[in-house]
This record gives sequence, structure tokens and C-alpha cells, in this order.
Amino acid sequence: MFMFEKAIVGSRRYWVWILCLGAIILAGFLCYLRQLAHGLAITGLSRDVTWGLYIAQFTFFVGVAASAVMVVLPYYLHDYKQFGRITILGEFLAVGAVTMCMLFIFVDMGQPSRVLNVMRYPTPWSLMFWDMVSLGGYLVLNALISLVMLSSERKGVSPPHWIKPIIILSIPWAVSIHTVTAFLYSGLPGRTFWMTAVLAPRFLASAFAAGPALLILLCLILRKVAGFDAGREAIHQLGIIVTYAMVVNVFLVAMEFFTAFYSRIPEHLEHFRYVFLGLDGNYHLAPWMWLSAVLALAALALLLVPGWRNSPRLLPVACVFVFVSLWLDKGLGLIVGGFTPSPLGAVTTYTPTLPEATIVLGVWAIGALMITVFYKIALSVREAH
Amino acid sequence: MKITRKHFLQLSGLGLLAVVGKKAVRAITGAAETAAPVASRGKTTHRLGMVIDLAKCRQEKGCDACAKACNAAHNIPQFADRAHEVKWIWNQPFETVFPLVQTDYTRQAYAGSPIPLLCNHCANPPCVRVCPTQATWKREDDGIVMMDWHRCIGCRYCMAACPYGSRSFNWQDPRPAIASLNPDFPTRTKGVVEKCNFCEERLARGQRPACVEACKDKALVFGDLADPNSEPRQLLRARFALQREPELGTSPSVYYLV
Repeated sequence: MFMFEKAIVGSRRYWVWILCLGAIILAGFLCYLRQLAHGLAITGLSRDVTWGLYIAQFTFFVGVAASAVMVVLPYYLHDYKQFGRITILGEFLAVGAVTMCMLFIFVDMGQPSRVLNVMRYPTPWSLMFWDMVSLGGYLVLNALISLVMLSSERKGVSPPHWIKPIIILSIPWAVSIHTVTAFLYSGLPGRTFWMTAVLAPRFLASAFAAGPALLILLCLILRKVAGFDAGREAIHQLGIIVTYAMVVNVFLVAMEFFTAFYSRIPEHLEHFRYVFLGLDGNYHLAPWMWLSAVLALAALALLLVPGWRNSPRLLPVACVFVFVSLWLDKGLGLIVGGFTPSPLGAVTTYTPTLPEATIVLGVWAIGALMITVFYKIALSVREAH
Repeated sequence: MKITRKHFLQLSGLGLLAVVGKKAVRAITGAAETAAPVASRGKTTHRLGMVIDLAKCRQEKGCDACAKACNAAHNIPQFADRAHEVKWIWNQPFETVFPLVQTDYTRQAYAGSPIPLLCNHCANPPCVRVCPTQATWKREDDGIVMMDWHRCIGCRYCMAACPYGSRSFNWQDPRPAIASLNPDFPTRTKGVVEKCNFCEERLARGQRPACVEACKDKALVFGDLADPNSEPRQLLRARFALQREPELGTSPSVYYLV
């Protein structure tokens, strides 16, 4: 396959990593077979909390996918040359993340064999339809762009002219995927936790913090394991992007808090109370959400002080804090919090089961495998020059 | 005009083609044609709804005759685990259904007493709006919110969209949990959503909904809300009624007389 030969030569460490991922994927796949046989009853989901870890992971990784725009936009629109070396990494990250999103949706389906019904009966008034269109389109755009860019790099020629408008198109498209994902939630009557106009802006802000934070960490890992240098300036700029996005995100979350806690309208307040304080003796989400809040504030402190942000030791710590904090917030609290309490006031505990968590890990491993292989190819092409 | 033999053959050939063509078209569009009378009925729009008289309901404490009749009629599985429950009509305490109707100082006549809940068959159903496959839709001629269990992909978006908690998901195969099978109604498979269908299968046979028929106290009154002389409309004219969360703009077709 296309440049694939570069992915099948590697060090011992590379192969051990690949095999570990393969083992996790296999475990996830076996658990999925169990889910296929027994139904979604093997998960911790219930009549009241109908979406859980799967859909939450989907939501979070749409953000990671969209964040590629944070390297693409400065490089192609502002000709910011420092990002030249990492743009392809951002695009490949987007391809891996979108694939994960699609898999998370797929494993959440009660009738996966009928999933093509979404295309057989296209329904433009359903946001789920538009989510499929935008995610599918984004996958095609990024796969095409990264392949074209990489193959011209291999041949040592400048990329064809026709790719430029496609790259420009991918920028608003990235914004659209996360906006549509927010619209999945924010347009539902009776789900007051999600019914907020800042949901889409908040999704984008958290995405543009978590995605570039992950990219910084990936660049630092690549420096260690593959001797790839993203460049000090590029990492520095990514750090500034993470800082701005995280500040905006925390600001928007604070807006939500103010509206709920000052207005004291019970149906708005209840969800926040459930998520952060517990309701009817159910506190199981609160510690995680407090951890998320503490990590967010700690990350902000590390990022806002220039000396700390520029420190090669502290920046990765800040990035881990940002990523974990936003993962807990979006990948756990947001979805479960929206369903609890239920429209009839019931507080139902949702605890992911072991097979459910294994399936999630399996999808993560598929994403990690794709990104490993893509980065291996990209760096091998670069080394050849 | 003189008709030659060639001309004659051409004309009769064309005639034959027309007859065959018409038959073929009719055969292909047969389904559409049989459905046509139903569609044309849409001009005289009905809106089926229910009025639940809470003064009559529950004259006998702990009564769940309506739910029992529905469960039996629709092959609804009974799971012990609350998380995996499937229910079309069920009882729920008044104060959880109408939390905002109560005040601190007035004691509600119905507080603590269970009242029946079911799909509201909204005039503006959010579940229909969000379904990505049109597996759930509002029937034009009578307003029933229908479901196609063969098209549903099990994404559960409708369950997130329904502000009434009226929809259930088959987390596992429901068939082993059906007490006694009603052969006249389909069972469902795992992985699909289901809910009250206002007994459209019974309506088609000229019967009333199973829950309405099962209520000894005649607390459930079913009829056409679009007809000013229907029984529900007469009740709604005479008594004060509540709808569940009408502020959401869904326009529920189930009313509670208080």
C-alpha cells in the first residue's frame, strides 16, 4: 500500500509498542463480540442514563480531531513557517481521532448492522445525520490532504496547486464538526444541562486546548523515541494556543456556573449540583469533577506564568493536566450530568462496566495504532531526505 | 386516411405496449396506490389524544390494570433490573410528574399518589425531529407518533430528546422476559427503542386502546382532540387539565384532569 512499507520496518521498541496495542485491540474486540451477542446490557447504561462512556469519548475526540485546525490555520493562512514540520502531525492526528469518533458511535449502536440506514434514509432535520456528513467529510479531507502533502514531500516536489483550496476548506470544516456535535446536545428540550448557547463555543475552546496539548505531548514523545525535533518555537507557539484556549474554556465554564447558581432555577441548578456536589446521596461523579476543576486551575497557573510555560519540564505537566481535566469534564461529566437527574427527577448511578471500559480502551488503541503508523511513515519519509 | 397493413400493425403494437406498460406501472406502484386512500384521509386531520381523570383513577389503591393490559397486549418484557426496564404505560408519583404544580403551603390532593404515564404523542415531537433514520414519525392523519422497529438503529437519540422519559430501549433480548406471548403483536429484538403506540393495531381493528378498555373506573378517555364534540374535548371544556411540561412547546396529546 501507499508508503505503508515504511511502517513495517522498525526498532524492537516500535514492535513491542505495536504488539501491546494489538493486544488491547484484541481484548476490546472480544468484549465487543460479547456486546454484540448480549446487547448493550453488558454496559453500565440504563433507561435513565442512555448514553455513557462511548458517546462521551466520541464527543471528546471530535474536539481532538477539530484541533488540527490550530496548526493548519497558522501555517496555511498566516504562512507561519514554524508549524511546517508539525502540520502533517496535526492532520494525521485528526484522521486518527475522527476514526475513533466513528468507532465510538458504532459501538454505541443497538443495531450496528443497520447503521447504513442513516444514509439510506437521509434525514436533514436530524443533527445525527449532519454529524455523519461532517465527520465523514472531515476524514476524507484530512486523509487526502495528509497523503498528498506527504507524497509530494517524498518526491521532493512542491504540493499540487489544487490541494490549497481543499486545505482552506478543511479549516471551517474543522469548526463545523465540533459545532454540529454540540448541536446534538444543545437543541434538546428538557435537557437543561446541555441547553446553553455557549455549549458549541465551549466545545471549541476545550477542543483547541486539549488537542494542541496532546500534540505537544506527542511531539515531545517523538523527540524521545524517534529523534524528531518539532522545533522549540513551534512547541512554544502551541503552548500559547493551549493557554488562550484553556483561558477561554475556563471562562465559559464559569459563565455556566454563574447562570445556574445565581439564577437558582432548580432545573438548571440540579445538574450542576449532581455533577459537583452529588444529589440524593449519589456522589460518585463529584470527586472526578473536582479533580477536573483542580487540574484545570493548576494547568492555568502553569500556562499563564511565562517562565513556567516555557520550561521544558513544566510544559508537559501542564499539557497532561489540560488533557486529563478536559477529558474528565467532556468525556465523563458532560454526558452523564446531562442525563442525571432524569426528566422525572430520578438519580441513577452510571458506572461503566469492565467490558465497556475494555471496548473503550480497544478503540483508543486503534487510534493510537493509526497515529503511530502514520507518524512512523511521515518521519521515515522526512528522514529519507 | 388510408390505413395500410404496416400502419395497422404499428398502431396495434403501440396499443399493446400501452396496456402492458400501464399494468407494469400499476404493479410497481401497487404499494403506493393501496396507501393512497390513507394519505388522502390526511386532509381531514384527526388528532388522537387521551384525557386521564385523576379523580376517577386509583379509586382502588395500587391498581395497575392499564399497565397490565398494555404489557400483555404488546409483549412487553418484565425485567427485574430497573436499569433495563421496558415500559409503555406505568405509574409514577404525582409530584415527580408535575413537580412545579406543588407549592410549599398548599397540600396537593394528589401528592404521593401514583398517576399513569405514557407517550404524550406530541403534536411537535422532539423524538421525531432527532431520529436520523425516520424510524419514528408522526402519522399525518391521526397524529400518532409511530415507530418502525425494523429501521431503528438503536442510537437512542430519541431517548435523549424525549423530555418525558417515555421511551425504552431493549438493552438485551426481550423475548425470554415476556410472561405470556400475544401472537397478534410483534415482539422486538435487542438494540431497538420502543414506546406506547396508542394501540394503533387495535384502532385499526376498530377497538379502543387496551389501557382504556382495562380501566374499570373509566378514568382514561380516548378520542379525537380535533373534533370539538369528542368525549375528551367535552371533558377538557368542563374541567381544568394539566399537560406535562407544555412550556417545552411539544404540545402533548395526553391531558390530566385534576
